[in-house]
Amino acid sequence: MTFWHFIVTNRAQVLDLTVEHIMLAGVATLIAAIVGIPLGILITRVPRLSKPVLGSANVIQTIPSLALFGFLLPAPWLGERAGRLAIFALALYGLLPLIRNTYTGIRTVDPTLLEAGRAMGLTDRQLLFQVELPLASGVIIAGLRIAAVLSIGVATIAAAIGAGGLGEFIFRGLAMVNNQVILAGAIPAALLALAVDTLLGLLERRLNAVGMRS
Amino acid sequence: MTDLASRGPAIEFDQASFRLNGRPILNEISLSVQPGETVVLLGRSGSGKTSALKLINGLQLPTSGEVRVNGRRTQDWDPIELRRGIGYVIQEGGLFPHYTIERNISLVPRIEGWDEKRVQDRVRELLAMVRLSDDVSSRYPSELSGGQRQRVGIARALAADPPILIMDEAFGALDPITRSEMQKEFLELRQRMRKAVIFVTHDLREALLVGDRIALLEEGRLIANLTPGEFEDSQNSIVRAYMEAFSDPAAVRRWA
Repeated sequence: MTFWHFIVTNRAQVLDLTVEHIMLAGVATLIAAIVGIPLGILITRVPRLSKPVLGSANVIQTIPSLALFGFLLPAPWLGERAGRLAIFALALYGLLPLIRNTYTGIRTVDPTLLEAGRAMGLTDRQLLFQVELPLASGVIIAGLRIAAVLSIGVATIAAAIGAGGLGEFIFRGLAMVNNQVILAGAIPAALLALAVDTLLGLLERRLNAVGMRS
Repeated sequence: MTDLASRGPAIEFDQASFRLNGRPILNEISLSVQPGETVVLLGRSGSGKTSALKLINGLQLPTSGEVRVNGRRTQDWDPIELRRGIGYVIQEGGLFPHYTIERNISLVPRIEGWDEKRVQDRVRELLAMVRLSDDVSSRYPSELSGGQRQRVGIARALAADPPILIMDEAFGALDPITRSEMQKEFLELRQRMRKAVIFVTHDLREALLVGDRIALLEEGRLIANLTPGEFEDSQNSIVRAYMEAFSDPAAVRRWA
């Protein structure tokens, strides 16, 4: 049975698992952004928090993904549903690039612009939303891009705990010693990652072009 | 903001000292600027000029003595309200690169909640005032020359018609020809504005040209507070050193 043959005969399942995969990685990245960007902003405002926050996110990043899924399995509410657990773990992985890029993006805004803004009578809030975040947006989107691509990759492993996604084909193919089945999971996952990377890359370039106009 | 334009000096340093981490930066400065008057703060790098400006807009507070803006001590002002009443021009304009010229100029009026028509009218009026054509308004700062950016910087500072204007080495980054054009235009503009202006520079020629009075700072002390004529005739040794430095190219090199 060729790869194409497998895809065509199982197209309904390929589609289902791809959608499931997108949901896992998408929701996880969204949560990572909702938590990570404000955290990144917070540590530019409260510098003494920057080391512990960045350090913790760094440590999380070093835990092997399979082990992280395993560790979380006994957790109360989380362990009950595999999808829930997978999204939580993936969101944890996505935190570091988002926190770090938000922090770096804001910290590298030209200080003379901040001083000009402050001298013009902008409040801290106005300075953040009108000057710092727009100028940091390219770097923040770069962090989002890393988080999303990472999430799509690691999500394949979520199938090991029964969370579904394209990893199911990979694990099934491994069990069956059938490369066609492995590829039926691996190739769509890779294409997904490439597509997201390209799209967010375009957005990043646009935003940087605006930020660089100095 | 009209309440700012009251009687008495617009800016008044009263025995104001400022220390930073225990290091004296400014030492018992007394100086006042009346509405309509331009006072040049002249001095070398590190003489305390920038700190003096920060005392005016409340970015720093005096360690002792007082700085009063329109009769009120800077620590008694709401800092945001204080700063919105002070136009601030820096080198290269300090324009926000991600905003068009129109957005840059209209930033404070928009924050202050002006309606769109009033904002547009004001932007057009200001562009004319600094001699820029209307079609720059949709461009970004990177698409303008240094001189044009500087003009936009002035327009932005004047947007909400503040009674006080601070020019912080505003023309310092411009080539000599553009610089001298800007100085002349500033003189014309000043006639029409009747604002209290603090003009910071280390260029004596510029100081003599634009100042009603020149306040010379040296190591945090106010050495002289003189009209340009008096300044040129002064026998004070530091003033003389300044005059000589600018008349003798070799001495300029020693001072640099």
